[in-house]
Amino acid sequence: MSDVQKPDTEKATTGTGAAAGSAGADEKFLSVRDLRIHFDTDDGLVKSVDGVSFDLKAGQTLGIVGESGSGKSVTSLGIMGLHNSERARISGEIWLDGEELIGAGTERVRKLRGQKMAMIFQDPLSALHPYYSIGAQIVEAYRVHNAVDKKTAKKRAVEMLDRVGIPEPARRYDDYPHQFSGGMRQRAMIAMALVNNPQLLIADEPTTALDVTVQAQILDLIRDLQKEFHSAVVIITHDLGVVAEIADELLVMYAGRCIERGSAEKVFYRPQHPYTWGLLGSMPRIDREQTDRLVPVKGTPPSLINVPSGCAFHPRCPYADVPKDNITRTERPELRQITDGHFSACHMTPAERERIWTEEIAPKL
Amino acid sequence: MTDLSKEIPEQGAGQGPDGADGPAPEPLLKVTGLVKHFPITKGVLKRKVGAVQAVDGLTFDVRPGETLGVVGESGCGKSTMGRLITRLLEPTGGKVEFEGRDITHLSTGAMRPMRRDVQMIFQDPYGSLNPRHTIGGIVGTPFKLQGIQPEGGVKKEVQRLLELVGLSPEHYNRYPHEFSGGQRQRIGIARALALNPKLVVADEPVSALDVSIQAQVVNLLDDLQKELGLTYVIIAHDLSVIRHVSDRIAVMYLGKIVELADRTSLYESPKHPYTKALLSAVPVPDPSRRGGKSDRILLKGDVPSPIKPPSGCRFHTRCWKATEVCRTTEPPLIQLAPGHQAACHHPENVPDQSAQTAAVTGGASEAGTTK
Repeated sequence: MSDVQKPDTEKATTGTGAAAGSAGADEKFLSVRDLRIHFDTDDGLVKSVDGVSFDLKAGQTLGIVGESGSGKSVTSLGIMGLHNSERARISGEIWLDGEELIGAGTERVRKLRGQKMAMIFQDPLSALHPYYSIGAQIVEAYRVHNAVDKKTAKKRAVEMLDRVGIPEPARRYDDYPHQFSGGMRQRAMIAMALVNNPQLLIADEPTTALDVTVQAQILDLIRDLQKEFHSAVVIITHDLGVVAEIADELLVMYAGRCIERGSAEKVFYRPQHPYTWGLLGSMPRIDREQTDRLVPVKGTPPSLINVPSGCAFHPRCPYADVPKDNITRTERPELRQITDGHFSACHMTPAERERIWTEEIAPKL
Repeated sequence: MTDLSKEIPEQGAGQGPDGADGPAPEPLLKVTGLVKHFPITKGVLKRKVGAVQAVDGLTFDVRPGETLGVVGESGCGKSTMGRLITRLLEPTGGKVEFEGRDITHLSTGAMRPMRRDVQMIFQDPYGSLNPRHTIGGIVGTPFKLQGIQPEGGVKKEVQRLLELVGLSPEHYNRYPHEFSGGQRQRIGIARALALNPKLVVADEPVSALDVSIQAQVVNLLDDLQKELGLTYVIIAHDLSVIRHVSDRIAVMYLGKIVELADRTSLYESPKHPYTKALLSAVPVPDPSRRGGKSDRILLKGDVPSPIKPPSGCRFHTRCWKATEVCRTTEPPLIQLAPGHQAACHHPENVPDQSAQTAAVTGGASEAGTTK
């Protein structure tokens, strides 16, 4: 590992990159620095991800939350190196266990993908190949990275199916995806993702297509497997309930940028961005007294081709006029640290936010 | 707004004569033993080899002005139920009465005048709007189909409807692709409201929308109900949304209602183990509850196939309280508390307020232990 990391650390001249690289597995297992992923389209440049940074330690779970089009899936595909390099313009740094991925080249990333990092997708029916049996697909994923014979691979696949809770794994091994129910397919996909013991698991809306009872099973499974393998998990979802269940750290995205980041406790109990307030106010809560009305965010998410000037959230923000001199419309707010490890990109002063939160927002939640 | 105020008293008057043949709140919609089996055929001769028992004996009322929430997992038959009560599907058995009139087997032609009173909002705001029609055309179609000439003309009325659902009247000539998901859902709502219906059946009206937009549409449905005196049947899988919008809630499992109760009663003291498990599985946006596995009931496995539903109580294969009687005898949907019905041999939170309910439930659990 160390000989791989050396040239990369030298290449990376920025302090953050070097720090992330040398820190290694025990500290930051995954480190993303100023990631930008832009797409050229006929209508203009789409800035799907525009400067996202975060760190993740092994054994920890990061939840990325945002609405559709906020760039959360594009970020995860970027980490996995799954964007078409001709269509996507990617810049920034992605450090995985001391190795930089953006400059690493397709071949190297392909080696790591499926072995060191794996991904599970939202829709298991389209992520699994309908023509091959579940077992064959898991065996393939295993044999790509391990020089073993078919028999050993099959043994491993059955073992994985058993581990993710598929009943009679040896018999179900020969079944095709259509013979599995939605929850079982998601389990099979998790089995496939984990067959090589990856240290990083990215789950993109892993439970959105599932029923609540099955969702609870899958979240439990991910949590157990993470404990067992001490892997880092990135979970992408629009459901604040799901992240609260499973994530240690949270990253809230809006229009391709991170607008708030911090521990789950801080973001849920002391959110520091009006958009996060809006998300919390939009949710009917089953654990609270019945409220008469929800407090939605007005308007709709912006187009990524015409991102509003200044703070991208200002057209929908009820407090856009709190900071002076029209600054919300002219200047893009930087992500600033408020308390230890809690960041927010908002022009309001911490005192202003504190006042609005305690007086106006918290009582209504 | 003018023709609206004219319609509302008429609606109220319409309920007058029906009120004669029933107890206090005359139901707007009365469903008795509703059954829908989709045949499974095989071979060239389309021999019937089985049936998907999508809906298998539902009995419930919808009272005027209320919101009945229907919740359940995928495949429990909630959408089929919605299509049966709007008569988009022909029931296999049972009876559907709207304002005291039997509409179970009305022909398409005979149903048409009824369609004014019963409308539907669909889940997918992309699939439910014809991409080649303008918004004006889509929202104006109900008037054309029903041969109604609203006061001031169709265009004026459509623009009023667009404003009512929070869109701009200038959107009249635009096409569906120019709108976001939330706006499209508003268009679907405007179309459903065009003929001033009495009952609106909404099948997962917000599940395709983002959280912030979801709240906007939920609030809109709420406002419209207050303003127009609508009655809703809202079908959804999201228990938090259902709790927010409903007055009464029916929980479905494999084609049957397993519990039917007032909102507070259902969420505070669920009687059916399935309801309890369902409620405990809802992820709560509060990190302090993380890892608190103790109060979560994890159901094993998946929902069984509705082609071969389990014998007796359909939930017994996944129920932690199941006994022999559950495997052999189907529990009837009985009243366990005022306004709270459940179909279970071993209900949770059994109340002992009245001797009658205690006797009923006591009998059920006794039967369970003796067998």
